[in-house]
Amino acid sequence: MSNVLILADFVDGKATKSTVEIATAGARIGEVSAVVMAPIGQGAALSATLTQGPITKILIIESDDFAKHGVAAVADALSHVANQSKPDAVLLVSHAFGKEVAGRVAMKIQAGIITDAVDVAADCYTTQLVFGGSTTVHSKVSQGISIITVRPNTITADFIAATPAIENVSVQISENAKKSTITSSQPPVKGGRPELTEANIVVSGGRGTNGDFAAVENFADSLGAAVGASRAATDAGWYPHSHQVGQTGKTVSPQLYVACGISGAIQHRAGMQTSKTIVVINKDPEAPLFELADFGVVGDLFAVLPPATEGVKARKA
Amino acid sequence: MIGGLLDRANVDAVLNDLDEYAVEEALRIAETHGGNEEGGPNTVTVISMGPERATEAVRKALSMGANDAILISDPKLAGADALMTAETLSAVISKNQYDIVICGTESTDARMSVVPAMISEKLGWAQLTFASKVEVDPSAKKTSITRVTEAGVDEIVAQFPCVVSVVEKINEPRYPSFKGIMAAKKKTIEICDLASTGASVSTSWSAVLDAAPRPPRAAGVVITDDGSGGTKFVDFLAEKKLI
Ligand SMILES: Cc1cc2nc3c(=O)[nH]c(=O)nc-3n(C[C@H](O)[C@H](O)[C@H](O)COP(=O)(O)OP(=O)(O)OC[C@H]3O[C@@H](n4cnc5c(N)ncnc54)[C@H](O)[C@@H]3O)c2cc1C
Ligand SMILES: Nc1ncnc2c1ncn2[C@@H]1O[C@H](COP(=O)(O)O)[C@@H](O)[C@H]1O
Repeated sequence: MSNVLILADFVDGKATKSTVEIATAGARIGEVSAVVMAPIGQGAALSATLTQGPITKILIIESDDFAKHGVAAVADALSHVANQSKPDAVLLVSHAFGKEVAGRVAMKIQAGIITDAVDVAADCYTTQLVFGGSTTVHSKVSQGISIITVRPNTITADFIAATPAIENVSVQISENAKKSTITSSQPPVKGGRPELTEANIVVSGGRGTNGDFAAVENFADSLGAAVGASRAATDAGWYPHSHQVGQTGKTVSPQLYVACGISGAIQHRAGMQTSKTIVVINKDPEAPLFELADFGVVGDLFAVLPPATEGVKARKA
Repeated sequence: MIGGLLDRANVDAVLNDLDEYAVEEALRIAETHGGNEEGGPNTVTVISMGPERATEAVRKALSMGANDAILISDPKLAGADALMTAETLSAVISKNQYDIVICGTESTDARMSVVPAMISEKLGWAQLTFASKVEVDPSAKKTSITRVTEAGVDEIVAQFPCVVSVVEKINEPRYPSFKGIMAAKKKTIEICDLASTGASVSTSWSAVLDAAPRPPRAAGVVITDDGSGGTKFVDFLAEKKLI
């Protein structure tokens, strides 16, 4: 029987939807063991939030070195588990942290790495979208263990109830993995809205908001959507950098992406082009983003969004 | 102190725009800590792996002010994956006495954001990646960074040697001056092949099997707002079962 390791992903002490997605991808390949890296004393509590997904086993590793030394320490422990259990694949979430851990593990255990997969098949054959989402690529690791990072929101999660066996593993973190020390950590400021990369709907604002995101936020809230921004908006300080969509921001692929007052520069497209449905609101009919629109409104966002917000609320009532 | 530095020449043989920030940061560090003269204590070396036409991109970094450059160019490296790239770059880095290696956070072509972490693992150097701010204390042989990712903001410190990667918000890369461009013509670019790096891997472990353009998106409907744009937008969402 093939076996697969996944690195469980947590935000605010809870397993993320992305964790269920990588478990779902992993279960196509083999039996899934989720590795939970926790501060000392918190392994059981974190594991208890892994209630969904095709997970057969949870391996808990507790160490305060994870919070203190970050990526290198987590990669060290994960490599240790991979060396012991000889999985066919190791799956991680494709964010900065997951990709860097994957890279270090690949180097340490000398395995091939594929990042940003949007699909993974039973034989570890992966699909990626490259060049800003314009090209589909299929790749595979040619020998040994496949280390794959999977982009959030691209695999339909299997939310079956998980009833995993729990095992505690003890790992000695190597000195090499302790060479950088995190002296302070600030989590991102979160409103009550869903996480950008996980959201089913993203409503973004650009320079066209002129700094006033209220109309964008109200519309997002009517749909239970996450709020994104173009770099023009984050650079101006209108919206936090953590909400930037694009080449140097986040890549999102929601069911619905609504761009308000965003022109459609190539760097912005790179972060949203793979959204299933795209709606563009822009007062300039020549705005290049209309090329990607399934539905476009040539108009002032401040005139279009308020009645749309009321319309959504009315239909939901 | 020597700021060793990496940049990637992509398919068009232009300096990967995100790597200009790395070049700029290396130059600033060298300039802050005692000059950047040939043979001086603080020199910046550009290291790049790519086809020979990448020389142009390397030359750009030299014209910005880097002292010298190493270009690893070998047909055997065509289509190298992340593991092979990181192994080869690490081999070259370890031959010299660098204190800091500065990378971009991602290459514009591969966009993996893994090479810096992999080099750090291979060399056993400290990893200081996704930096929006870098501070170097040469007397204490210490580097501190502010790491900015979707997981929040961290302050991280480490001793030399370390591998740093910088995000694009860190600085404003300089334009090469006329003097810089002229000076770059006289600077050395050492071109070496894979065998001379002494790197231990010689094949890629992951392979692209096929690539195809995605079908273009079907043309959508664009309407002009006449006061009913908002309502029509909601009708569209309902029709698509998005609400
Ligand atoms: C290395 C690099 C990396 C980059 N990374 C990113 C990235 O990650 N993400 C990103 O977004 N950008 C990125 N950029 C910047 C990118 O090139 C564009 O400058 C940016 O996306 C423009 O943002 P915008 O569309 O909001 O602004 P603009 O291009 O100024 O467009 C504003 C639009 O709003 C419309 N408008 C104005 N008023 C209204 C109104 N009342 N109602 C409706 N429409 C209105 C205008 O017609 C216009 O089309 C990057 C650039 C570089 C060089
Ligand atoms: N072939 C290369 N030559 C030099 N530096 C590279 C090369 N490939 C990647 N890098 C460095 O690693 C960073 C991240 O690249 P990547 O992991 O491919 O996204 C880049 O910004 C460069 O600084």
